[in-house]
Amino acid sequence: MSTHDTPPEAHTAVVSGDGPERAVARGAAAVELERLVSASSRRRRVPRWLRRATGPVLLLVLWQVLSATGVLQSDVLASPGTIARTAGGLFADGTLPSAMAVSVQRVAVGLVSGVVVGVGLGLLSGLMRTGEDLIDAVVQMLRAVPFAGLVPLLIVWLGIGETVKVALIALAAAFPLYLNTYAGIRGVDDQLIEAGVTLGLGRWGLIRHVVLPGALPGALTGLRFALASAWLALVFGETVNASDGIGFLMDQAREFYRTDVIVVCLIVYAFLGLAADVVVRTLERLLLQWRPTFTGK
Amino acid sequence: MATDVHGEVTADRAVVEINGLTRSFDGRAVLDELDLTVRSGEFVALLGRSGCGKSTLLRVLAGLDRDIDGSVLVPRRRAVAFQAPRLMPWKRVWRNVVLGLPGRPARETAIRALAEVGLEHRADAWPKTLSGGEAQRASLARALVRAPDLLLLDEPFGALDALTRIKAQQQVAEVWQRRGCAVLLVTHDVEEALLLADRVLVMQDGVIAHEQPVDLPRPRDVGAPEFTALRAGLLAELGVVAPQSPL
Repeated sequence: MSTHDTPPEAHTAVVSGDGPERAVARGAAAVELERLVSASSRRRRVPRWLRRATGPVLLLVLWQVLSATGVLQSDVLASPGTIARTAGGLFADGTLPSAMAVSVQRVAVGLVSGVVVGVGLGLLSGLMRTGEDLIDAVVQMLRAVPFAGLVPLLIVWLGIGETVKVALIALAAAFPLYLNTYAGIRGVDDQLIEAGVTLGLGRWGLIRHVVLPGALPGALTGLRFALASAWLALVFGETVNASDGIGFLMDQAREFYRTDVIVVCLIVYAFLGLAADVVVRTLERLLLQWRPTFTGK
Repeated sequence: MATDVHGEVTADRAVVEINGLTRSFDGRAVLDELDLTVRSGEFVALLGRSGCGKSTLLRVLAGLDRDIDGSVLVPRRRAVAFQAPRLMPWKRVWRNVVLGLPGRPARETAIRALAEVGLEHRADAWPKTLSGGEAQRASLARALVRAPDLLLLDEPFGALDALTRIKAQQQVAEVWQRRGCAVLLVTHDVEEALLLADRVLVMQDGVIAHEQPVDLPRPRDVGAPEFTALRAGLLAELGVVAPQSPL
């Protein structure tokens, strides 16, 4: 702003009108005018997705340049070009699609189990004093244990088959869901509960019409965290002991110093994670359209 | 506890009967042996300085506060409009209006109530898109749809701007004359109380300290000398020296 050094009472702004900026004499001192243009005319015409894609694309270009000039050796990190060719090959021979199917299925089953357990316990804890007393302390204690530390015990209990991987993912997903569902329920505005009471809602009516919708934003935040944890648990479970899946592919590649395959697997993980995030975002957009939130400018 | 919040309307047409109502917070009696009777169809305004217990009294009448001693009789069908509209943000306006009604209330029911406050065109809006005045009207419609025998208004115009407040006050007066339900309006605005009420009560130290019947013809004129005189009297009761009126 160019008006910083003028005294505050001299500030004036023209909101409409299309003439050039003028200096208007008010009394003896000239008042400097500033044109406030409409926000929509100033907003770039570039679509949002394109703007968001710019960052990653620039990173790719930089990477390719570093690889081509030999700054980045291929046994440290393969070039984007090599990685693309490898990815093509892995897709063509069916290795990657089948590995992805296995991994996605693991996450899906694990996540659903985690949602059932996490949200279930969160509801019991959030809605009932007895539930809170019984469940919350136990969950908070277990939460302090890093889930990866439970792997030896899970292997003893469940063997090294499919169950242990799914259990690990379910475990990882359940905690954030529990915490956020519980916090969401306890964070529901007391004034709305009171309003509900004066409207004649009973206990179940209050839960259904006031508490649960009010807890939904929290629960969905929990779902996002749960997704992130679930992918983490998947990578962990698959690289520790597995005979199929993306993690297994990656583990194998490590033995042959195939950084290109490793990166392809990482990218696949990333894309699967992004896809899951899109699903949750869509859910949020549909379920939380009532919410008066700041959407960014 | 010697209280019965769900009472029947008694034969002498009193819709609210309070005898010896006491409500204490940490040993301090906010309501102290309070007595109050409101007749059917009567518009009563409750004035008082902030913290005098007028909102506590309203909460007791609404059935929200039951840590009470004394006897309280209120109609089973009562409705509240709070200072904040308290609409459920996740329900569209018309669903907010019929929330809590028994059975599966039709949209028509909500529309009728919304039409009464001139808001039927906003039936499908989300509460976040309503202006302050609209939200307050939606809240009033939600109270009216219950066809209450007693309407409790807790400073419902407090958060509105001056122009919107005048319109909202007129609307409440119309609704009251049409419906004929008893109204208890809690406010700290002396003018508002005198504009709307048949009887103005001043609360002090947990009891009704002063009672002022208002026999002025409706619609009332803020500038009328009788009005000004009543206002000066009430302000004096509230411990405020009235400024000299321009009229």
